[in-house]
Amino acid sequence: MTDHRTGGRDGFRRLVRAEWTKFRTVRGWVAGMAVAVTLVVALGLLSASGSHASCGMNGVETACTLTAGPGGEAVSDRFFFVHRRLDGDGSLTVRVNSMTGQIRLPDAVPGTRRVVAGVVPWAKAGIMVKDGVRQGASYAAVMVTARHGVRMQHDFTGDVAGTPGGVSPGSPRWLRLTRSGGTLTGYESVDGRRWTVVGTARPAALPATVEAGMFVASPGDLTVSRGDLGGASVQVRFTEATAVFDQVRVEGRAGGTWSHDDVGVAYEADGRTPHHPGRFAEAGGTFTITGVGDIAPSAEGTRIESTLTGLVAGLIAVIVVAVSFVTAEQRRGLIRTTFLAAPRRGRVVAAKALVVGAVAFAAGLAAAGVTVPVGAGILRANGNAVLPVSTLTELRVVAGAAMLTAAVAVLALACGVLLRRGAAAVTAVVGLVVVPHILATASVLPLGVAQWLLRLTPAAGFAAQQSVPEYAQVLGYYSPQGGYYPLPPLAGLAVLCGYAALAAVLAVVRTSRRDA
Amino acid sequence: MHATIEVIGLRKRYGRTLALDGMSFTVLPGRVTGFVGPNGAGKSTTMRVILGLDTADEGSALIGGRPYRSLRAPLRQVGALLDAAALQPSRTARNHLLWLAHSQGLGARRVDEVIDQVGLGAVARRRAGGFSLGMRQRLGIAAALLGDPPVLMLDEPVNGLDPEGIVWIRGLLRALAAEGRAVLVSSHLMSEMQDMADHLVVAGRGRVVADTSVAGLIAAASDGRVTLRTTARPEAMEVLARAGARVAVQDRDTLTVFGLAAERIVALLGANDVPFSEVAAHRASLEEAYMELTRDAVEFRATAPGDETATS
Repeated sequence: MTDHRTGGRDGFRRLVRAEWTKFRTVRGWVAGMAVAVTLVVALGLLSASGSHASCGMNGVETACTLTAGPGGEAVSDRFFFVHRRLDGDGSLTVRVNSMTGQIRLPDAVPGTRRVVAGVVPWAKAGIMVKDGVRQGASYAAVMVTARHGVRMQHDFTGDVAGTPGGVSPGSPRWLRLTRSGGTLTGYESVDGRRWTVVGTARPAALPATVEAGMFVASPGDLTVSRGDLGGASVQVRFTEATAVFDQVRVEGRAGGTWSHDDVGVAYEADGRTPHHPGRFAEAGGTFTITGVGDIAPSAEGTRIESTLTGLVAGLIAVIVVAVSFVTAEQRRGLIRTTFLAAPRRGRVVAAKALVVGAVAFAAGLAAAGVTVPVGAGILRANGNAVLPVSTLTELRVVAGAAMLTAAVAVLALACGVLLRRGAAAVTAVVGLVVVPHILATASVLPLGVAQWLLRLTPAAGFAAQQSVPEYAQVLGYYSPQGGYYPLPPLAGLAVLCGYAALAAVLAVVRTSRRDA
Repeated sequence: MHATIEVIGLRKRYGRTLALDGMSFTVLPGRVTGFVGPNGAGKSTTMRVILGLDTADEGSALIGGRPYRSLRAPLRQVGALLDAAALQPSRTARNHLLWLAHSQGLGARRVDEVIDQVGLGAVARRRAGGFSLGMRQRLGIAAALLGDPPVLMLDEPVNGLDPEGIVWIRGLLRALAAEGRAVLVSSHLMSEMQDMADHLVVAGRGRVVADTSVAGLIAAASDGRVTLRTTARPEAMEVLARAGARVAVQDRDTLTVFGLAAERIVALLGANDVPFSEVAAHRASLEEAYMELTRDAVEFRATAPGDETATS
């Protein structure tokens, strides 16, 4: 007779194999997982196929295009730029004397413009070196903002804060940008004599010859109003900012004369008249520049994870399978046979969790692995502007959906052990995972409540699929409805995994203590 | 491969009901031990405690000297059939045995062997949900045999079997015992134990009321009564009384004799020329002996409402 004492890792491996045999030999469970995959793929591709878009202005349709930054992400790159050529190392120094502007408010009388004087918090005025004037080109800049003090920014996503405070004729701000090889250093000063470093940056693709100069940008004004029946309506309206620069000094091999570009300006239907143009005037070394737009990452477009609309439906199928993987045994007393074969019951729960988790992970991986790339391709083919993300991010979205599915399956299994009744366990897990997510993203709850739901409940795990991050330097309505989760992807997943682990531990304790 | 089951002073209480009250016995290898007693006597609870499914409040149960929960590939040590209905209906019989085999590090070949052994070859790839009770019992026995264990424990295995199945299982269990295995078979019907068990453990009210061989149990219940049929009643009574027997009159030509063996009665009557037509020693049936033993337990239960929660 063979050794009965072969336990330990070997015994657990046998147990996992036995549980896998159990799983694959019940057609309903295998079919349930297949249904989950099919739901995710079919709903995702169907909604992608049904989503058509075209862009344009004043009745002229054009394809929706996105500007991509050096990092590949979508950016908005619109500003007024007064610049000249700079070869190799050098520096640019200016004094910013004032910053004023105007903001269009929501119409009080429909159709009548209501414009007031003022600047929006992220209105920017400063100096920049950029790889030409092409939208999306690499750059580094140091600037003053209306409400966020001095900043050093580069390549759209890089942002370092300097000292706070705005500028006014009584308290101007000196700015300096120095190039040394691939490194740019931003300085600020209140008097042009004592300088402090704001930050350094190494832009991704700055050539030897760059355009260096002054810029002004002013992002649209954002207002969010809550609808009567829940939800929020977000308005972004025209603003412009005007800054006065003097004491302009270029050191190094500067070429040409000052030229100006309204980078990224859109044109009216005639194709010649600029829409909301910027302006520029120079008198005796004093430059007055008016700019519209923003230099920042953009989230205007369709996200790749929008193809995962079927994930919730797929998860419900996974929950039903995972719950019945254990409650079916409990209901028929088959769990006793299992405990006869494996008297260390904690290991039974662990083996079941491992098997159902692995199967769910594979199902989630297959479903998202097909739906995200294929769905995004369909969306692009239908003219939608799909926000570009790195391959790594796309893989993370797919793997995140798979991890989410696996963790929900483990949670469901553990709840099945604890509640013993299939219907009760399915209801509990749907109530813990799916319902908070639907409530938080269906815009029926106030923003704060929705965000707390997605921090505290297992639905936090849905954060794993967010492909576009929230940027502190961009004012936006970052709501769950818009696809912004309050926790980062891994943290959200960790919350869900914490719930699953807690439930699994309770299930182990419960089965070990109770008579079978 | 020899192993015993030792049950030592098990006590278990469910709420206010004492299910096990000092249950103690030993199941030896090489014979079939019948575990009998009325419903509620504690048979199934004892078996579940032996198998580590339930924990006893006191006492211990050991298999080959070790508690069940410490066995690493337990189905290779103990084969058990508790509830033949405990199946996933949509799983085939073969796949049911396959996951059990995998859990013990056994392969599909062993599965096919036990399927043939219990005669389920033709239906092995059919869903177990469609099985009759008899087929389920055979599947449960196949599961018990899977690990070729030295110890077998079967709870009411005869339930639902047709007469042919009963004969089959009787032969199977006797053959398994003859191979040197310890076989424990429970039943609430003593009649099932006839021709199957070599040894009997009779349970009542959570403890053992008798732990004896089948022959011994019958002898103990047979109280030495001899029925004598004779036309010479007075002569017979005189002869037998002189020899020290107690004699009772049943009817005109029938006497019941206490205190003398049948052989001695025949010799005495012959020596004294008393004619008789029949001398019959009373031999209790197994059923009668069992009824005698468990009467207390049954009566007690009948007068104690709320005792139903104790499972048999």
